[in-house]
Amino acid sequence: MIRDITLGQYYQTDSIIHRLDPRVKLVATVFFIISLFVVNGFTGFILAGLFLFLVVKLSKVPFKFMVRGMKAIIFLLLFAVVFNLFLTPGEPAATFWKITITWEGIRLAATLTTRLVMLIMGSSVMTLTTTPNNLTDGMEKLLKPLKYIKVPVHEVVMMMSIALRFIPILFKETDKIMKAQIARGADFESGNLIKKAKSLVPLLVPLFISAFRRANDLAMAMEARCYRGGGHRTKMKPLIYKTRDRIAYLCIFAFMIGTIVIDRIFPL
Amino acid sequence: MLILDHLYHIYDEGTAMASTALDDINLVIPKGQFIGLIGHTGSGKSTLVQHLNGLLKPTSGNVYFNGADIHDDGYNKKNLRSKVGLVFQYPEHQLFEIDVFSDVCFGPKNLGLDKKETELRAYSALKQVGITDEYFYQSPFELSGGQKRRVAIAGVLAMRPEILILDEPTAGLDPRGRDEILGQIALLKAETGITVILVSHSMEEVAKYVERIIVMNKNKVAYDDSPAKVFTNFKKLEEIGLAAPPMTYIMHALKEKGLNVDTAALNVNAARDSILTALLG
Amino acid sequence: MNIIKTKKLTFEYIRRDDEGNIEGITRAVDEVDIDVKAGEFIAILGHNGSGKSTLAKHLNAILYPTEGSVFIDGKDTSDEEHIWEIRQIAGMVFQNPDNQIIGQVVEEDVGFGPENMGVPTAEIWERVEESLRAVGMYEHRKKSPDRLSGGQKQRVSIAGVLAMHPKCIVLDEPTAMLDPSGRKEVIRAVRALNDVEKITIILITHYMEEIIHADRVFVMDEGKIAMTGTPREIFSRVDELKNLRLDVPQVTLLAYELKKSGLKGLPPAVLTTGELLEALRI
Repeated sequence: MIRDITLGQYYQTDSIIHRLDPRVKLVATVFFIISLFVVNGFTGFILAGLFLFLVVKLSKVPFKFMVRGMKAIIFLLLFAVVFNLFLTPGEPAATFWKITITWEGIRLAATLTTRLVMLIMGSSVMTLTTTPNNLTDGMEKLLKPLKYIKVPVHEVVMMMSIALRFIPILFKETDKIMKAQIARGADFESGNLIKKAKSLVPLLVPLFISAFRRANDLAMAMEARCYRGGGHRTKMKPLIYKTRDRIAYLCIFAFMIGTIVIDRIFPL
Repeated sequence: MLILDHLYHIYDEGTAMASTALDDINLVIPKGQFIGLIGHTGSGKSTLVQHLNGLLKPTSGNVYFNGADIHDDGYNKKNLRSKVGLVFQYPEHQLFEIDVFSDVCFGPKNLGLDKKETELRAYSALKQVGITDEYFYQSPFELSGGQKRRVAIAGVLAMRPEILILDEPTAGLDPRGRDEILGQIALLKAETGITVILVSHSMEEVAKYVERIIVMNKNKVAYDDSPAKVFTNFKKLEEIGLAAPPMTYIMHALKEKGLNVDTAALNVNAARDSILTALLG
Repeated sequence: MNIIKTKKLTFEYIRRDDEGNIEGITRAVDEVDIDVKAGEFIAILGHNGSGKSTLAKHLNAILYPTEGSVFIDGKDTSDEEHIWEIRQIAGMVFQNPDNQIIGQVVEEDVGFGPENMGVPTAEIWERVEESLRAVGMYEHRKKSPDRLSGGQKQRVSIAGVLAMHPKCIVLDEPTAMLDPSGRKEVIRAVRALNDVEKITIILITHYMEEIIHADRVFVMDEGKIAMTGTPREIFSRVDELKNLRLDVPQVTLLAYELKKSGLKGLPPAVLTTGELLEALRI
């Protein structure tokens, strides 16, 4: 179950999307998310969906792999859908007993689901096609101006990249700990909320202890390899824009403007 | 008694990443045997042991425990897990309580036993693994590697299993620590008659103790026999990346040079006696 | 000049109880004097808790002596000026492969050290390539470390250190979490570095068969060097080793038992099956 979470993983293959400069992918992801929230109608969503489909195809990451990652947020989605369906006032579409579903509710739920799904998929494409080191480099360069207002950009970004690197390892470990405790008769599923929360203790204690030990080990290993913050470092893979990156910038910009404009002109 | 009947397990079935982890496994684990399950990383042995207590469900095939199919509707899995005790490789993955004694109580408590019975079982389990009273109220995190391992074993033993499965119980221990923990397990086996399955990637380690060796290779059972018989295939074992115990090589080398020794000798004393007899008559 | 030299190296840490009160002081390393010449292959043996890991961490300036001093290539580790130089000269490989790989792609991880040292980009690529080739991992350079076996991960870790062009590599139980084939891979890689690149090796382990090829062996117990000598000398002292919670290879033990039973003409220590055959003259 836990191994299904794909957010934050890197999918190794060679594609045009993989080869793009991470700064392009970061900016594109931000633009994509902005467009998702600016458009209101389904014209915009259809365009955004097509764009996303094209990018995923180009990235050579199998759709199945991406869809599996959605399982993790299925509860969040269900919750949002139910909440909007039943609690939005407006023109009734159907009524069962005391519960009324409104047309507005249906539309809101559909909008929200579409946004969330595309948002997660859009960001997944970025993390699946960019190695954390690369992502770090991209963020560091993009956020460089913040250094002048004393934000420790390199350090923050390094922390994020390490967190990303350890997410799959910690998920695997959670799985193992869970199994070890289930083998001792632990029950993580039944009972009321309090009982469930209590049943997490045998899972969380070993997990935290292990995470701290790993953090400690990693800090030592990094120091042993002469890591001392951002100042003295050079880059193995310095970021240099190529023609394809400039074209990609144009594409994403055109997509954003185009989608928003078309969405306004032909609302659905 | 545990029976595995045509067991298959495929991870990520139906996707591009599908991989077979178990390929037609048929085994019978009778009561009271001392078994070594050997295979290198990725041979399928970890997947196999997780089928024995129902942590994983086979893609096809059946697991029968004392006559009942463990994946039948309504089968009590919790009860199964108390009867087929599985201790994972790293004790750090299961120790969580404030002190050793409470940690060992976790298993029996989950079975719904009353306080008195729980504590009684925890006490006797700790004794069985050689943990003395002075450690009972220490934090399990402050113990040495060998002691942690013992407490983890006690945590499973306290459920009074019929079968005890130990995954790499000696990983990370120093030579004496390795001998001590295996000695303790052998003693436990002798005293209680419990069925023990020792999972390992070292032939040398298990050869001294077990009566039966199951070798896993490429997700299948490659050999299943007494240690001496399995080791006669030492050249084949080498091909699959597993070495027979060093003593097997030594004795075969002596034999090849014309010394009439017993190539089945596995421990130092037996080898010494066999060589002395061959040399001096 | 010796690459590693310690003078009465002592390391103590303070134990505290739950309220933070001082409970006592543990001497993890106790007046250790060692000298290692450039190009030597040194093995350090010792049971869990004997202080060998703590000693190792002093050689890379991760820990500093409470008393005494450590000189790496003539530089005092307690002198802050030299820390980065020392960490480059004496690289370190740790036990858990998952907790020391920083990059998500093999080549990026190997490049991490040189990046930190400020090596120019083109040279980083050269170093990464030569290091990965030296440990036989070049064809895996584009892979994610999560897809490698334990032995392969450790070889990547070694390459990561190698890319910093160290004179000496300290390996702290690099094989403890590996299976037998992984152990062999790692030891083979380490031996090659010593033979071909003439890099000084400090190998900490408790697998006896891994130290047979060492030039010298130090056995630690309670923070002190309890025994020192060539593997042959060390392995001739079977009872002492057993008392220190250690072991000897099976063939050595067999020869020792044969000798104890009165068989004549056996040398003080037999290290391989070939030697046993020769000694028995068959």
